[in-house]
Amino acid sequence: MIKSLKAQNNTLSDTFIQLQVLNTPAGSGKVFPSFKDKIKESGFSKFSPTKIEILQINVGKMCNQVCKHCHVDAGPDRKEIMTRDTMEHCLAALEGSAITTVDLTGGAPEMNPDFRWFVTEITKLGKKVIVRCNLTIIVANPKYYDLPDFFKENHVEVASSLPHFSAKRTDSQRGDGVFVASIKALQMLNAVGYGIVNSGLILNLIYNPGGAFLPGSQSSLEKEFKTRLSRDYGINFTNLFAITNLPISRFLDYLVSSGNYDAYMEKLVNAYNPAAVGNVMCRNTVSVGWDGYLFDCDFNQMLDLKLKDPTSIHIADYNNEVLTNREIIVNQHCYGCTAGAGSSCGGEISP
Amino acid sequence: MYSTNRYLKFKKMNKTYYNAEDLGKFGNIGEFQPELAKKFFDYYGEVFKDGALTAREKSLIALAVAHAIQCPYCIDAYTTDSLEKGADEQQMMEAIHVTAAIRGGASLVHGVQMMNKVKEITM
Repeated sequence: MIKSLKAQNNTLSDTFIQLQVLNTPAGSGKVFPSFKDKIKESGFSKFSPTKIEILQINVGKMCNQVCKHCHVDAGPDRKEIMTRDTMEHCLAALEGSAITTVDLTGGAPEMNPDFRWFVTEITKLGKKVIVRCNLTIIVANPKYYDLPDFFKENHVEVASSLPHFSAKRTDSQRGDGVFVASIKALQMLNAVGYGIVNSGLILNLIYNPGGAFLPGSQSSLEKEFKTRLSRDYGINFTNLFAITNLPISRFLDYLVSSGNYDAYMEKLVNAYNPAAVGNVMCRNTVSVGWDGYLFDCDFNQMLDLKLKDPTSIHIADYNNEVLTNREIIVNQHCYGCTAGAGSSCGGEISP
Repeated sequence: MYSTNRYLKFKKMNKTYYNAEDLGKFGNIGEFQPELAKKFFDYYGEVFKDGALTAREKSLIALAVAHAIQCPYCIDAYTTDSLEKGADEQQMMEAIHVTAAIRGGASLVHGVQMMNKVKEITM
């Protein structure tokens, strides 16, 4: 298993270097237009949220997988884990707030020792819980085998990455043996009702391109995945969300080391879709880091782009008014969310 | 002297017959004939939409045709497009085997013509 960029002491594990790469002319000499200027041309001189509806919480960077495109640089060697104290601050912020959905991510969020307690407490507040489950965690250790039942008891919505219906394509992105383990986990989720029509248990698949190319039409991909997974493995799922890989962290390392960086950035810039800007996820989401710091989105979190207003930069000081009126920090990586049909944790976003 | 300079200038501008960057300039053909270019690109766009065939199936057909006509721009474009539309390596290679089968078959089927001629002129 490969190590995280951080464990390798790779220069791109430094967020300052990542931002430097994104903001200097490409190797070909090409200068990409600033994203900030681009959205200004589209009528967004001050880019702010519409309404905060989703709290996306990263409960730790520890993961049982080391995916080549991971924007978190997660893996077994990452020890950053959210404490129960920080989770309690999250619950306090959620209580009585207008936030409807809590989106739990990682790493593998299930590896946090307080994960089940946290899910149960959020559910008690009447909030919808989405867990970004990498699937393989379910079969990684007997202590996780009952996760499908636990998810069902708490009416958790499961969102799971599966980049392809072929083992080769999946394993080349997510690691050897991931496809077989993912299929087994999907069958276990189906067995308790997840992804089955009229069960009320939602199992969404997340598609990320396995290389330096953009996702195709979400609806076409969904149709193809449904046909192939049902025919070959008897698997059902609710919806497929197509997500663009943003040029940060391990995916940035892949782009630079494979010589694809310039062409990929050009592709993102050329595919800029003004219609997608208004619906990007930072407009209705606040992202919480494993240590409680707040960010505009999971990608800004991984680039350590902390919020500007010092009065509400940590979940312990969560202030809905300040956060709703904040100016969202944008940078060149944001082209990933506005390319083509647009991209968010919930897939395509253009109207 | 004039013609030599012109030749050197041409050589400097065109180190190879094909330049990968030219693929991104395809739309520029409208510079010399806008009306026909517009008609072509409108038609092109329509052809590749989902229809009785899916956009993914059309992309795989385009990939196979690209290999038949051996157009490097088209191979580049439809390899990426097939991946984006969710095709995998096996499907893409099978599409190229269709090209090879048709191209090979096109040669071999003419063997019947050869056989006919042989039979016509031999005892």
